[in-house]
Amino acid sequence: MSKLTISVRKFDAVIVGAGGAGLRAAIQLSEAGLKTAVLSKVFPTRSHTVAAQGGVSASLGNSEEDHWHWHMYDTVKGSDWLGDQDAIEFMCRKAPEAVVELEHFGMPFDRTDEGKIYQRPFGGHMSNFGEKPVRRACAAADRTGHAMLHALYQRNVRANTQFFVEWMALDLIRDADGQVLGVIALEMETGEIVAFHAKATIFATGGAGRIYYSSTNAFINTGDGLGMAARAGIALEDMEFWQFHPTGVAGAGVLITEGVRGEGGILRNSDNERFMERYAPNAKDLASRDVVSRAMVTEINEGRGCGPAKDFVLLDITHLDPATIMKRLPGIREISIQFAGIDPIKAPIPVVPTCHYQMGGIPTNFHGQVVNPDGSTVTGFYAAGECACASVHGANRLGTNSLLDLLVFGKSSGDSVVEAVKAGPNALKELPADFADYTLARLNRLNTQKGGASVNETRLELQRTMQKHCGVFRFKDMLVEGVSKICDIEKAVHLTEIGDKSATWNTARVEALELDNLIEVAKSTMVSAEARKESRGAHVRDDAPDTAANPNGRDDELWLKHTLWHREGNKLSYKPVQLKPLSVETIALKTRAY
Amino acid sequence: MISSAELNRLRWRCTRRAMLEMDLLLGGFLERQFHDLTPAQAVAFIQLADMEDLELWPLITGKRECENSLQAEVVNMLRDVRVK
Ligand SMILES: Cc1cc2nc3c(=O)[nH]c(=O)nc-3n(C[C@H](O)[C@H](O)[C@H](O)COP(=O)(O)OP(=O)(O)OC[C@H]3O[C@@H](n4cnc5c(N)ncnc54)[C@H](O)[C@@H]3O)c2cc1C
Repeated sequence: MSKLTISVRKFDAVIVGAGGAGLRAAIQLSEAGLKTAVLSKVFPTRSHTVAAQGGVSASLGNSEEDHWHWHMYDTVKGSDWLGDQDAIEFMCRKAPEAVVELEHFGMPFDRTDEGKIYQRPFGGHMSNFGEKPVRRACAAADRTGHAMLHALYQRNVRANTQFFVEWMALDLIRDADGQVLGVIALEMETGEIVAFHAKATIFATGGAGRIYYSSTNAFINTGDGLGMAARAGIALEDMEFWQFHPTGVAGAGVLITEGVRGEGGILRNSDNERFMERYAPNAKDLASRDVVSRAMVTEINEGRGCGPAKDFVLLDITHLDPATIMKRLPGIREISIQFAGIDPIKAPIPVVPTCHYQMGGIPTNFHGQVVNPDGSTVTGFYAAGECACASVHGANRLGTNSLLDLLVFGKSSGDSVVEAVKAGPNALKELPADFADYTLARLNRLNTQKGGASVNETRLELQRTMQKHCGVFRFKDMLVEGVSKICDIEKAVHLTEIGDKSATWNTARVEALELDNLIEVAKSTMVSAEARKESRGAHVRDDAPDTAANPNGRDDELWLKHTLWHREGNKLSYKPVQLKPLSVETIALKTRAY
Repeated sequence: MISSAELNRLRWRCTRRAMLEMDLLLGGFLERQFHDLTPAQAVAFIQLADMEDLELWPLITGKRECENSLQAEVVNMLRDVRVK
């Protein structure tokens, strides 16, 4: 890559991301006849949506009575009332239609004897406004995400969507009016830099779980969409909220499903004590994800962790009949053998609470349009899926609601683009003269940097800092210190040096560019978390405990509001939560208890 | 011999998988063991890396039979990748 040049290609719309959200949006665009480019770092069906096994929720009522209003109630409650009730109503009402549509696209859902879509129970799904569990999750065996991606991809092939595979978007193009005019991207195979000039741009880049040292997310989840948006002056919403899963394999992150505890698995500390009996005398090891995660961290922090560094606890199923393990949990046995090096029939599995899902992201309304802090929309810019914050998950996501989010908001963002492009002018708005300068300067810096920091070491330092200072359980002093540490790491990120300067398949360059995005996500998370002086959903602070005045440490008087992090000046502002649904009454504030 | 560009492409395809499990296994293998493979084994590994994760995982766990003895040889080595 000796001299940096840039060519321009023109489209009606460009979508960055070919996971569930991007592919769902692309169908709307291509079927409406828009000239659409879909960019992806990997082949579409290798997107991280594949990893979703549990299912997608919809109140189809195929096994027993169910209603979208009950689904809506569960989602608002799950969000600890930080979710926007207009978007939540929209999503839950659209869910049955979205799932049936997917069925028509060829998704091989499991079926009941009568041939209807089979539905299974899932944590947090209740009937009649929280009364008793209801079967709402639709699945295709344990490969729901995989099957969904394949169905959506095939539909896109039919609609002639144009894919740019193994292309990495680097920056948004935004003009002086704030309008978004496309993206600048890198073709990995050639090192070529191309501007995708378009009337509309949709981000569907997925999550950023790799900001944590211990993460269930694949390496691809580096938050590129969030980094690009932040650099283009878009504020990021509710970044302090990350869902942790209690049982990731220590050191590897690989997820061990809740099913293991369902089958009788027990968590133990270094004294071999079943410590959950102290934290949740009734539910014990089956208490909700956040309760179990916090108990585990408390045990570790108080010195009762296991292993040489006392930094994990044990998930014990050695008391179960080996035949049961082989029959009911074969996948878990394989994972433990492969990733923990132990056979769970003979020895307990080392586990730690592990980062799993990002609730915050690029602020949008339920039409998938990106919104400014003042509520106006950013012309030409849309987002959907895990990178977006609609906000339906609020402070805590309900399992199976994210696959639903991809379908519903993938489609609505696509519909919004089709409408805007058809109503708008035929010609593309002209690119500003200096549109590529910023990106080319970033690339140039990377090509010429001398005596800088190593990408791997800097990333590791970032991940360790997030894990230690901004994990499951948060402490005031640690957060304050965390903010200054992350700002130091940011300096190193801006000075990373790569050895390989070649053009073709330069993965060192790509990883350095990914790190540029991780740092924006990490910084927004740490700063937003330090500032929010309450506990709510997944954000739990030691100095905001459960009291009579503020049950669970939640403080609605001061903190019932969305955080907005602004990269410029590293500042925060806040905006109100939309408590008014579209057609029904507000689901009134209550203490979140299960 | 595999060129450095080809190796880089292989590296991308081994470490940007759909599932974390596969990033760890294929990425770990590439880093530590790939250079010890015979040319024939290297070809077999590249074919495995081209598979989708949900096709590859059953081979590793033994739920599905390998297509030939060469593939089985490489899959056996993959099973021995210790992540930690
Ligand atoms: C282990 C695991 C299990 C899960 N199980 C469930 C479940 O059972 N039910 C549920 O509802 N949710 C589940 N989730 C969450 C859910 O899978 C994700 O939230 C969802 O799949 C995200 O989809 P997406 O379309 O937003 O992004 P992804 O599927 O992650 O796709 C992102 C796309 O963006 C592309 N991309 C990113 N950056 C760039 C760039 N710079 N340039 C070009 N392209 C780019 C990628 O190549 C990819 O195509 C699970 C998550 C994990 C980790």
